[in-house]
Amino acid sequence: MKQYFSELYTGGKSLVEGLGVTMKALFSPIVTVQYPREEIDITPNYRGHIDLILDTGKNTYLCISCGMCEKSCPSDCIKVKGKKMEGEKKKSLVLFDLDFTKCSLCGTCVEVCPKDALEYSQEYNLAAFTKEAFHFDILKRLEERRI
Amino acid sequence: MLESEYQEQNRFFLNMGPQHPSTHGVLLIVLEMEGEYVLDPQPVLGFIHRMHEKMGESRPCQGFMPNTARMDYVCALPYNHGYVSLIERKAGIEVPKRAEYIRVITSELNRVASHLLWLGAYLLDLGAFTPILYGFDDREHILDILERITGSRLTYCYYRFGGVYKDVDDKFIEATRAFIKRMRKRYVIYEKLVTKNIIFIKRAENIGIVSPDMALRYGMTGPNLRGSGIAYDVRKNEPYSVYPEFDFEIPVGEQGDCLDRYMVRVQEIEQSLRIIEQALDRLPDGPVRSKVKKNIKLTPGDCNFAVEAARGELSYYLVGDGTSTPYRLKVRVPSYSNLSCLPELGRGILLPDLVSILGSFDLVIPEMDR
Ligand code: SF4
Ligand code: SF4
Repeated sequence: MKQYFSELYTGGKSLVEGLGVTMKALFSPIVTVQYPREEIDITPNYRGHIDLILDTGKNTYLCISCGMCEKSCPSDCIKVKGKKMEGEKKKSLVLFDLDFTKCSLCGTCVEVCPKDALEYSQEYNLAAFTKEAFHFDILKRLEERRI
Repeated sequence: MLESEYQEQNRFFLNMGPQHPSTHGVLLIVLEMEGEYVLDPQPVLGFIHRMHEKMGESRPCQGFMPNTARMDYVCALPYNHGYVSLIERKAGIEVPKRAEYIRVITSELNRVASHLLWLGAYLLDLGAFTPILYGFDDREHILDILERITGSRLTYCYYRFGGVYKDVDDKFIEATRAFIKRMRKRYVIYEKLVTKNIIFIKRAENIGIVSPDMALRYGMTGPNLRGSGIAYDVRKNEPYSVYPEFDFEIPVGEQGDCLDRYMVRVQEIEQSLRIIEQALDRLPDGPVRSKVKKNIKLTPGDCNFAVEAARGELSYYLVGDGTSTPYRLKVRVPSYSNLSCLPELGRGILLPDLVSILGSFDLVIPEMDR
């Protein structure tokens, strides 16, 4: 009998102490961010899917369509095609596709690129109903940023 | 009605999982039950098998890096660490001191995050909803710190052969120190909320006692083994990286019940913080990545490397054949062995106790089913 009451006492005390913690939290500042109404700034180091870097001086990409990124991607998600245009010395890009459904954001492509022509984008609000929505036309994305 | 007939009628099979909240992933446990008592629990794996080992054997060794983080997504950095160290050992790559320190700091941060997640999830299994919110609040700070330097929040691919992908800056050091300070203040909350809570103690004490002999027989490692009183930790017993330079202890339990496993993990958080603190104090200057050939040739022969992940000993075994693609890559994960004692441990116990045991093992299913 005595043990029963002592257990009841210690048990009750532990529950009250726990409630105390909850009470304290109730009156402390809110830490939850009401996404999507509020958004937190993400760090500039965030690694989203890849993008071509826009060389603002020349107003174009730095890529030389060497295909290194395509070859070294462990998941085979990059497709690059270059073509020699008439009257130009360098090859120009005609296709730069990324299949983001397979990309594991490992960063290999960014690191192997001899011209440092790739960067990580800051996109993270990615949701869609079809697979095809994640086949990004990276070249088009660059064109849109062009001025 | 005969007694045997009565028993027949009361026996039934119950499928726990693969979508059961307390199996933490797609694990199926087929339970033979008699009333509320479990007669025979049999785990069934294979729902999330992704052939990680085969993938490792079918591409140049650099290509396996992102896979390592997908095996154990809760504690990905030690998995990165094991793999890069394996290749570094195999190919004889030197790693700058600063990089090793950064690896230790980030790995330990990840371990704390993993233990915090486990703490919340375990209590959730036992029916307490509040602690996970506190756990996630703290874990969020770690994820923010790691996100700033690694670029991702969960499935990190941060280490590289011969170093790390990016150097840490002062802001990282500052944030980590602030986190350590904050975390130490939070112990009181966890103690009041969980450790001393009578309901929790009743659900964990003397439940699922794993004897040292049993733990060894099944090859258990990590906090589950240490809960049974055996002080085995790869960081101490088979030191790798710069761990020998730090002063830390290995918490052990006494009798190996769920409460001991809980206590070991909670104490491990403090030990990890101690390691991080020392590493931050002594962080050397210098490069964080050594020059490594693009095409790493894996010499014929085998090689093994073990690290201590949050759940126990993780070991990579590799056989090379002179090309850059591994001939064989075997990953030994801790959760698989930890789970394998369940049929023996779970015989004749109450169903709610089985949930408590499963939770206390800290299982990560994608790691077993790689
Ligand atoms: S980040 Fe990795 S997986 Fe994604 S496209 Fe680049 S190389 Fe391929
Ligand atoms: S590696 Fe760089 S330069 Fe070569 S194709 Fe890819 S993005 Fe272009």
